[in-house]
Amino acid sequence: MQHIETVTVGSGGAASITFSAIPADYTDLVIKLSLRTTTADTGWNDIFLRPNSATTNLTARALYGTGSAAASFSVSDIRFYANGGGSTASTFANSAIYIPNYASSSAKSVSIDSVSENNSTTAIQAILAGLWNQTTAITSLEIVSSSGNLAEFSSASLYGVLAGSDGIVAVS
Amino acid sequence: MTNEVVTKLVVDLSKPEGHPERVQSIPLTEEELAQREADRIAAEAAEAERLQAEADLAALKASAKAKLISGVPLTEAEAGVLVI
Repeated sequence: MQHIETVTVGSGGAASITFSAIPADYTDLVIKLSLRTTTADTGWNDIFLRPNSATTNLTARALYGTGSAAASFSVSDIRFYANGGGSTASTFANSAIYIPNYASSSAKSVSIDSVSENNSTTAIQAILAGLWNQTTAITSLEIVSSSGNLAEFSSASLYGVLAGSDGIVAVS
Repeated sequence: MTNEVVTKLVVDLSKPEGHPERVQSIPLTEEELAQREADRIAAEAAEAERLQAEADLAALKASAKAKLISGVPLTEAEAGVLVI
């Protein structure tokens, strides 16, 4: 897995983080995120992942637990989570996103593991399977806050994964 | 009174590392601001729907449990949350 770029939100926050002009040099992409919003919410806020700025042809299914319940849902977007700005101070949600064959001419699948952090019972842990039903290569990825801004010190790191000579096994 | 300028952080990977335009903070366009408002409304609706579904499921489970204890027949929905 090769590090491509890490970006950290500065003072004042940002509505979104976009990695644009993603080179087609890799087999898969990985994004690691540490996110918090500027809302007053004490739990979490939804964050949308938008390949090539798409807001359509997106679906996802999720399994999640909140400390008080465990359930599932289906949505017509690809989402994960950030700590709300009212959660325990200086804590951030952690998420990992895996996008195999992002430059292929097939529909794109997305796997997400996302957890918020909070010094209370109000937190979420979720695994999500997403689909962008488009055959164009992914050349940009937007990480968009659904409420408020992404708070200062939120960060996103993009990595590329190369397949081995057999075309299957990831080697770096 | 000043209007808040909402910005997005854009990493242009076509620019080499260290290039001043590789990472930029850019104000949202009118279209992006409209999408942001739509996102906020949709997220609030989705969260309300999720909370309602969670409450409905908890109520169904409580009802099923109470009926089991008292020997009262369960509805199909109540049986459905107990038998997988």
